[in-house]
Amino acid sequence: MLLTISTTLRPATDLGFLLHKHPDRVQEFEQSYGVARVFYPEAGPERCTAALMLEVDPVRLVRSRGRSTPDYALGQYVNDRPYAASSLLAVAMADVFRTARAGRCHSRPELAAGPIPLEISLPALPCRGGPELARRLFEPLGWEVEARAVPLDEGFAEWGDSRYVRLSLRGEVRLADAINQLYVLLPVLDDSKHYWVASDEVDKLIRAGESWLAAHPDRSLITRRYLGRRWALTRTAFARLAEIGDDVEEDLEPPVEEEPPATGSGAENAEGTGSTAENTEGNTEGNTGSTEGTEGAGSVGVAEGAPAVASARPLNTLRREAVLGVLAELGAREVIDLGCGSGQLLGELLRRPEFTRVTGVDVSAQALALAARRLKLDRMPERQRERLELFQGALTYTDKRFAGYDAAVLMEVVEHVDPPRLGALERVVFGVARPGNVIVTTPNAEYNVRYEFLDGMRHQDHRFEWTRAEFRAWAAGVCGEHGYRVTFHPVGDDDPEVGPPTQMAVFAVGGGAGDD
Amino acid sequence: MTEISVPEMSLVVLVGVSGSGKSTFARRLFTPTQVVSSDFCRGLVADDENDQAATPDAFDVLNYIVATRLRRGLLTVVDATNVQWDARKKLIDVAKAHDVLVDAVVLDVPEEVAIERNAARPDRAFGPHVVRRQSKELRRSMGKISRDGFRRVHVLRGVEEIETATLVTEKAWSDRRELAGPFDIIGDVHGCRVELETLLRTLGWRIDPDGTGATHPEGRTAVFVGDLVDRGPDSPGVLRLVMGMVGAGTALCVSGNHEQKLVHALNGRKVRVAHGLQESLDQLAAEPEEFRAAALTFMDGLISHYRLDGGKLVVAHAGLKEAYHGRASGRVRSFALYGETTGETDEYGLPVRYPWAREYRGRAMVVYGHTPVPETEWVNNTICLDTGAVFGGRLTALRYPEREIVSVPAERVWYESVRPFGSPGHREPEVLSIEDVQGTRHIEVRHGGGHVKVREENSAAALEIMSRFAVDPRWLVYLPPTMAPPETSRLDGYLEHPAEAFAEFAAAGVTRVVCEEKHMGSRAVAVLARSPQAAAARFGVTDGTAGAVYTRTGRSFFDDTTELVDRLRRVCESLMDELGSDWLALDCELLPWSAKAEGLIRNQYASVGAAARVALPEAVAVLEAAAGRGLDVGDLLDRTRRRLVNASRFRDAYARYCWPVSGLDGVRLAPFQILACEGRATAALEPHSWHLERLSALDDPLVAPTRHVFVDLASQESMDAATGWWEALTAEGGEGMVVKPLPPEGARAQPGIKVRGREYLRIIYGPDYTESLDVLRRRFLGRKRSLALREHALGLEALSRLAEGEPLWRVHEPVFAILALESEPVDPRL
Repeated sequence: MLLTISTTLRPATDLGFLLHKHPDRVQEFEQSYGVARVFYPEAGPERCTAALMLEVDPVRLVRSRGRSTPDYALGQYVNDRPYAASSLLAVAMADVFRTARAGRCHSRPELAAGPIPLEISLPALPCRGGPELARRLFEPLGWEVEARAVPLDEGFAEWGDSRYVRLSLRGEVRLADAINQLYVLLPVLDDSKHYWVASDEVDKLIRAGESWLAAHPDRSLITRRYLGRRWALTRTAFARLAEIGDDVEEDLEPPVEEEPPATGSGAENAEGTGSTAENTEGNTEGNTGSTEGTEGAGSVGVAEGAPAVASARPLNTLRREAVLGVLAELGAREVIDLGCGSGQLLGELLRRPEFTRVTGVDVSAQALALAARRLKLDRMPERQRERLELFQGALTYTDKRFAGYDAAVLMEVVEHVDPPRLGALERVVFGVARPGNVIVTTPNAEYNVRYEFLDGMRHQDHRFEWTRAEFRAWAAGVCGEHGYRVTFHPVGDDDPEVGPPTQMAVFAVGGGAGDD
Repeated sequence: MTEISVPEMSLVVLVGVSGSGKSTFARRLFTPTQVVSSDFCRGLVADDENDQAATPDAFDVLNYIVATRLRRGLLTVVDATNVQWDARKKLIDVAKAHDVLVDAVVLDVPEEVAIERNAARPDRAFGPHVVRRQSKELRRSMGKISRDGFRRVHVLRGVEEIETATLVTEKAWSDRRELAGPFDIIGDVHGCRVELETLLRTLGWRIDPDGTGATHPEGRTAVFVGDLVDRGPDSPGVLRLVMGMVGAGTALCVSGNHEQKLVHALNGRKVRVAHGLQESLDQLAAEPEEFRAAALTFMDGLISHYRLDGGKLVVAHAGLKEAYHGRASGRVRSFALYGETTGETDEYGLPVRYPWAREYRGRAMVVYGHTPVPETEWVNNTICLDTGAVFGGRLTALRYPEREIVSVPAERVWYESVRPFGSPGHREPEVLSIEDVQGTRHIEVRHGGGHVKVREENSAAALEIMSRFAVDPRWLVYLPPTMAPPETSRLDGYLEHPAEAFAEFAAAGVTRVVCEEKHMGSRAVAVLARSPQAAAARFGVTDGTAGAVYTRTGRSFFDDTTELVDRLRRVCESLMDELGSDWLALDCELLPWSAKAEGLIRNQYASVGAAARVALPEAVAVLEAAAGRGLDVGDLLDRTRRRLVNASRFRDAYARYCWPVSGLDGVRLAPFQILACEGRATAALEPHSWHLERLSALDDPLVAPTRHVFVDLASQESMDAATGWWEALTAEGGEGMVVKPLPPEGARAQPGIKVRGREYLRIIYGPDYTESLDVLRRRFLGRKRSLALREHALGLEALSRLAEGEPLWRVHEPVFAILALESEPVDPRL
């Protein structure tokens, strides 16, 4: 809501010419969600400060949006927009300082063209990544950065710091560049949903950053954060249910792809935490993945120093290959992927004509939408499209549509089911759907000690992670109950001490208890 | 005059050449919707009833309509020439696929009449050769049409017979819906005459001294599920008694597989003599020939199943899936007598039975026998009464409609079972099907009447939450409905005030209300059983847990609720005693709010507070500096200073509901309603005063009382007192209160109205909401109110179904629907 720009230029009041705002006047600019005002708390020859204050009317903010985009979540009403330096402030700034941002100044052209001493202050900058990230993004642009975290609530010291940072930037920077940088980086640092900005404005922001962004060392993070969150617009029903359950929506988001922060190479990190695979199209996994990985690990320099793990290829690729290998070996032709997520395995299956019928099931409507997009469902040739089916289903409800397949794949699925509900999953899959083969992969908890920065389980949605013995015990129980045989296979580097990172069980219908 | 008699639920195939008068005939004897004509279908797909090129498509449509009507159990008439065998064959196949009988009605008119009629119709441009060809085909068919597979072929010869024929419909043999009981349904007897007599006497029957009949003083009717004979010591004695009862109209009996086989054997057909058949044959051989003949006639005439009591009760020997109720076909009889098998055999060489009951979703109760079980058990409104009397188990009866089980022990083991009998049964947990919850749904509710619709996209959102986060559905017997606020207050400074709530109830005809303190925590439903055994018996939960405490979205409170559950079970022990129940379900608020919602509070509320408290002082300072320079920022400065105060009040508002907890230390639970206990959906039956009184007796530091006042809506004084109470409550930082009609409310009044305090509303409407009250007063309650009513009706429906012992899927359906409705877009601030 507040941004101050100061200069010690002589005379400092030339700032008024550069900003095209007179130091002795209070100027108002109507915005669709409130009023922006520019005034000067100080205007001396040695130091001059312009303040941009945006008064956001939260009621108007909501009412100004059409009924067609109903963000029926309380977060729309009680939020930090009236106080924080968010994308609203960035948009207002771009509007109010339009001419300055373009670098035009008829009366002081030489000042507009070159660097001048500037001091920019933002008392409450939402900054996911903390002061560290603010420094990382502004320092390469020539700023001396002072960033301090704001505590969440002094009454509850145990809650720690808030996501806000009190930010001051000092440096010799061209004013137009400074404004453009803020314009792009404020929402990047904020990195929450852009539901208060129309989506076309997001596009405008991207264009504004293009010129200087190319040279920025963190350009991929910057672009990813812009693009990555746009799908959130469609999640209102889910958000609503999260809220009435007193849950944070992000904590409930479906695990689409996951890999723990690893010790090793960037490649091992390639799919980072959950959100990577949720990126909009256009971001390939490679260029966004490594940044997400380092971010998740909370340490920037690990990638170089750490010893490389045995495999340079991401674990989820190895896992897919292992599953595809088993399916080929079994001669399966009709395969159902139970918990297909964003459809990576489905894509591989469709590329192989021997799989005549490929079905993806997920409980998350969002995951299915991502899968449809990843697989380019709307543009898929008819012959291929005929082999594929995608639908919403849950593994705790029996479902006729699950029946009749040669093989079912549950890749990294069981660990997302609460232990008391596993019995239902077993009956639904092994008891009722009864495919000829079932392939189950799950993390090997013993291997977790090999992930240096892992604290707890590999994903926040994991309800458990099994040791090899626990997995075998579970599989043996399933075999006894439902009449399957099972064999076990390692996936990834099979560590002599702790075993492989992923364990895989291949069940075959018929016969008694498991053998090895 | 010829009378044509067709089954009530059947397919009637008209057969006759073009111009034989089929359409006129059908119009005269059937309703327009019963008749599906090929001409009409041709018109549907081609815009031309005579476009012969469209015939294949037209018959696709015709078959589809016929199949759909038959699936729904409707009498259907096909108006097409059907002179060719393969055309009739297709229709017979459709009827067989839906297990309905099929009759043919042949309209046989002289060729010239048909030709003449066609010539008179401009739309029938074809020449007389068409009729001649059809006529030839018909004549060729007539010789063997009776072997096509029709139940009966009615032939009407000549114009006059066709024009004067009349129609009657026959009820299916299985249709005894007019009999409303009460019934005593009796399991497999297998020749255990003594046990049968003991059981009948226990049920209050008087048995004739000669053992040839029995009557019940209250006029009850016995229904035998079949397998009267074989294995046991006195099959003739059992037959004599049952035959007498059936003959006198005091009993009904369906056929068991043992009767069927005995009939074959007595008729001299080659059967494998096993499974106790020899005993029956030997015993019958000792009987007079006359009795043997009567017994054979009796058993041969037994039908596969009965539908009773308006269709609410179905009795069949081996059970019957819903699609077969009231139907007639070989496979229906086979299912009813033998059940469905998977084709596999178990380790004793006996066929593995397909668990049809687990998938049963019909509304009719199905009572059956056939498979000996150690204990009777309700599975989806079905129950097996064969408790192995002949194997030394018990002979069991079900009293209907009381749903009461009565059984007597066997005198001894009369016959050794191939499969060990009496070992504890492997209890098959009830499994929910995706079809129980997915898609657009219309759910019948008894409270408020009618049905509640759930839209497909809401079901989809709920499915994700339910399956990823909710507790075991066997515990998830209820979810709390949403609640509407009152009309907006006009009082200065208030958005909500008790006056509007009182006025709304008064207008709805309510005279007394209770105002309950609204605790600010997280809503919690606690389902508690006395012991893990009681939990297993009532809820079928066998993992050793004895209760669950879950949130508004069905998610378990805390990672492990065992400690909380155990504590609550102890606290509620005396209440369970009082209620005479081994379990109960409570609606509560769990405090503090931060215990469950800390993540949300930090992420959303505390963050807003932090941003406000760091940004606003800076803004004030900058504005003061500008004012010091003589700039005109007066209004803005005042406003910003006020907002700084609002921000600090906002912080106080949420902080009040946060305190640290460790384990159960610091946690409090405030129950305010007893949702249900054994046999009773108390939430639907008892006034709030009843609930509050019983709950106030719970004495434990864990339990927080729910303060409340009763209000007489005719007394201004009483209302003023309650308003004062609310003001005091909210001034100390309370969330507010909930106003509820005291006696269980009528269908149209809201079940409750929440009146929230001025400071609390900052959490909902934002720190500065008091600055823009006039704008906020324009809020629309319609949707919220309607939602509250619908969810409330669903909640009571779930509890009623639970209390009545309905199957899991029936309880789950309305619970799931509540969660689905909660995802509907409604202003979340209401």
